[in-house]
Amino acid sequence: MSTKMHIKLTVNGKNEEFLAEPRELLIYTLRERLNITGPHIGCETSHCGACTVTIGGKSVKACTMFVAQANGAEITTIEGIGSPDDLHPLQTAFKEHHGLQCGYCTPGMITRATKLLEENPDPTEEEIRFGMAGNLCRCTGYQNIVKSIKAAAAEMNAAKEAAE
Amino acid sequence: MSVSKPLPHDAAALHVTGQARYVDDIPTPRGTLHLAFGLSQIARGRITAMDLAQVRSSPGVVAVLTANDLPFDNDVSPSLHDEPLLAKGEVFYVGQPVFLVVARSHRAARVAARRAEIRYAEEEALLTVDAALAANSRFEDGPRIYHKGDAEAAIAGSAHVIEDSFEIGGQEHFYLEGQAALAMPQEDGGMLVNSSTQHPTEIQHKVAEAIGLPMHAVRVEIRRMGGGFGGKESQGNALAVACAIAARQTGKCCKMRYDRDDDMTITGKRHAFRISYRAGFEAGGRITGVSFTHLVDCGWAQDLSLPVADRAMLHSDNAYAIPAIRIESHRLKTNLQSATAYRGFGGPQGMVGIERVMDHAAHVLQIDPVELRLRNYYDAPSDAPAEGGAAPRSATVPRGISEKMKDNSTPYGMEVTDFELHEITAQLLESSDYARRRRDISEWNADNDRLKRGIAFSPVKFGISFTLTHLNQAGALVHVYQDGSIHLNHGGTEMGQGLFQKVAQVAASRFGVDLNRVKITATDTAKVPNTSATAASSGSDLNGMAVKAACDTIRDRMAAHLGEVYQQPASAVVFQGDRVRIAETEITFETAAMMCYTGRISLSATGFYKTPALDWDRIKGKGRPFFYFAYGAAVTEVIVDRLTGENRILRTDILHDAGASLNPALDIGQVEGAYVQGAGWLTTEELKWDGSGRLRTHAPSTYKIPACSDRPDVFNVALYDGQNREDTIYRSKAVGEPPFMLGISAWLALSHAVGAFGAGYPHLNAPATAEEIWRRAERIQDGV
Ligand code: FES
Ligand code: FES
Repeated sequence: MSTKMHIKLTVNGKNEEFLAEPRELLIYTLRERLNITGPHIGCETSHCGACTVTIGGKSVKACTMFVAQANGAEITTIEGIGSPDDLHPLQTAFKEHHGLQCGYCTPGMITRATKLLEENPDPTEEEIRFGMAGNLCRCTGYQNIVKSIKAAAAEMNAAKEAAE
Repeated sequence: MSVSKPLPHDAAALHVTGQARYVDDIPTPRGTLHLAFGLSQIARGRITAMDLAQVRSSPGVVAVLTANDLPFDNDVSPSLHDEPLLAKGEVFYVGQPVFLVVARSHRAARVAARRAEIRYAEEEALLTVDAALAANSRFEDGPRIYHKGDAEAAIAGSAHVIEDSFEIGGQEHFYLEGQAALAMPQEDGGMLVNSSTQHPTEIQHKVAEAIGLPMHAVRVEIRRMGGGFGGKESQGNALAVACAIAARQTGKCCKMRYDRDDDMTITGKRHAFRISYRAGFEAGGRITGVSFTHLVDCGWAQDLSLPVADRAMLHSDNAYAIPAIRIESHRLKTNLQSATAYRGFGGPQGMVGIERVMDHAAHVLQIDPVELRLRNYYDAPSDAPAEGGAAPRSATVPRGISEKMKDNSTPYGMEVTDFELHEITAQLLESSDYARRRRDISEWNADNDRLKRGIAFSPVKFGISFTLTHLNQAGALVHVYQDGSIHLNHGGTEMGQGLFQKVAQVAASRFGVDLNRVKITATDTAKVPNTSATAASSGSDLNGMAVKAACDTIRDRMAAHLGEVYQQPASAVVFQGDRVRIAETEITFETAAMMCYTGRISLSATGFYKTPALDWDRIKGKGRPFFYFAYGAAVTEVIVDRLTGENRILRTDILHDAGASLNPALDIGQVEGAYVQGAGWLTTEELKWDGSGRLRTHAPSTYKIPACSDRPDVFNVALYDGQNREDTIYRSKAVGEPPFMLGISAWLALSHAVGAFGAGYPHLNAPATAEEIWRRAERIQDGV
């Protein structure tokens, strides 16, 4: 048994401190230790994107990162993006444009999409398709996912313009 | 009123915020234990020694169980009792569960499960259909044969005869949420099971058998699955049963979730087929007869293989009136994962068979493949609009002046009376601009050596109903509370298809209320008993009707009471606009509910539905197995690279028949998702086993499902404007499986493109991976 390590994380704005084995995978830290179950487990080999979270401004697959690697980091999960009464434009768009069926991929998809739109606020369909290629969905055929992201981008850009 | 609206999925707000709960997200009590199976490492043999000492002493392990430790039945099969939970001294495939580890964490269980030392006396494994056929290793006594007319004689007398044999690979479901179950022991030895399953009643049944209690002591609940696609019809049994047994033994809550590799290694997949055909055609393109042989790789246990193989036979005609046909189906027992239900349930494989025949024949006869198909379509029913708006035709009408009227009965003797494909095809060919694009592609191909494009059309006619007739039943439970809120429960399960939303729309429309009055709760065997699996696309057909029946019972009671109070006939009571009108008086639905409650009217009812008109003999292969057919058609255009075999879908156009759709947005979503999954099956999704029966493609790193970047560049999907000719719920049609087979057009388009590299026929196998395409393109170019 390896010795436990003192870990500090900020998750969705909340400070968390605990002792953990350094090799604990971040997805387990989130789901089992902190009860943050929005990020899902789909493959545990960084292929499906169901576990996508944001760490230090980057999309990260939480299933293949040790908690020790995340020590000191700021983490945002789907729970930190919006709530049912206060949806992020991407969340609204996925809901309204049917960007989901079983919904299992959805938290990871939306979390990834928030970064995609930060990196590229006005993406073409092609850019969306390649930007989202690391997140698998077995249900939708992706058409409505792409549509949702486009709609959210338009919405966010319009809001930005109105604010300026 | 609320019926037929493009409303979002009922749980959309929960999904987009990460609050929708799946089995693995359910908070569990402290001390919950976690399970993992130890798996067979060989494909076939006897276990001669099993040393589990290292497993037992592995950190965190609480218990280790083998077959001998099981208290009651050791079986998780949905059919034959041929599938032990834990191997009984013999193993039949690599990945078969041999022992069960119960540990304090998921990881501890998995680590321990790898520490066993098992010795086997290996026996020869049957890893191919050829080996199984040679060993006469099969389910059922011999092949099933369905026929109509004398196919051999018809073929022999034909102007053209074609024949070939090709492979159709299986398919991994890759539901994004892997299999999972959770069992909580109750007082009295009872068990509450949460299972990611399409078939809660079967879980209840198998768990009850395994812990030696009647079904009433076991309650199974499922709010939602993260995808099912048939893979959770029977494959969840092992996890739920293991959890229940461990929970009974330890008194603790027990949870099991397959790791993705375990999931792919242990569970069954779509049946792989080899299809051989011999077919005859007249010079004009009319088919005279066809003979198919299906070699079906069922894997090691029977599971649902018989009805799957039957359904493949039942779709060997697809959209075509074939005067004489013979289908011989061998259900072979091999030492691979036990193949199971998968969207389409054998239908897709059968359909690929006849579409391959049409494609091959069009090439040999040099007739446009669409034209050839049209000449062989079943006739439209008499009331169908004639093309060009002419007067309705009488009886079933031949397409061309020179054509005789066809015998419009299927190979199994069911009359096709709802054939919508003439109209669907005409509309789709026009909207997709098929003819012009096909010409353009020929020209383009003539100018390009390395890249070739291809375009293809394919139709779908898919039979709706379980072929096991007694499964075509459903129940529902509806309560109206005194505040006017409505609680709804039915036997169907939600796996993303939007079933809950559709039935809620039905309930809201029966009561004439807003949808937000209706609350749909988790599927629960204690609320609606003896349910069928949510499968065969039947979810909304069956459960929608059951819900309607329950709602109507309550509504009629309410109407009778309110009528009495206001001294009006019950028929003067109208439920509409979230209010209730009794002649001149209008009250809110809440008031109506409260009045009925104080008037001591029962506001709770069950509803029941069974599909009418079915009559099927699966041994003879005659009767009416289906209530109706669902139709659709697709045109797909692709491009391939001869040097690498790389290929892409450039454009897809689909027109699909969902009857009078209950929810067009959800239905279009089903069509898009199904098409992409179907095209994936026939292109990139390849299962590979090595020579010792080990599945080598057991993770998404090696098994390639379509990604966002693989989606067609242009993707036009529309619903056909029609309604079900049969009396289904609001005249809608089932939509879960039929559009899966639209993906066949992608495979045919690849065949067209590859064919452009030479003069021969490409003889593509499925999946047409880049490797397969490259190989076929080389051969064609060399004139082989
Ligand atoms: S679970 Fe992390 S990428 Fe699949
Ligand atoms: S909605 Fe089911 S996996 Fe994406």
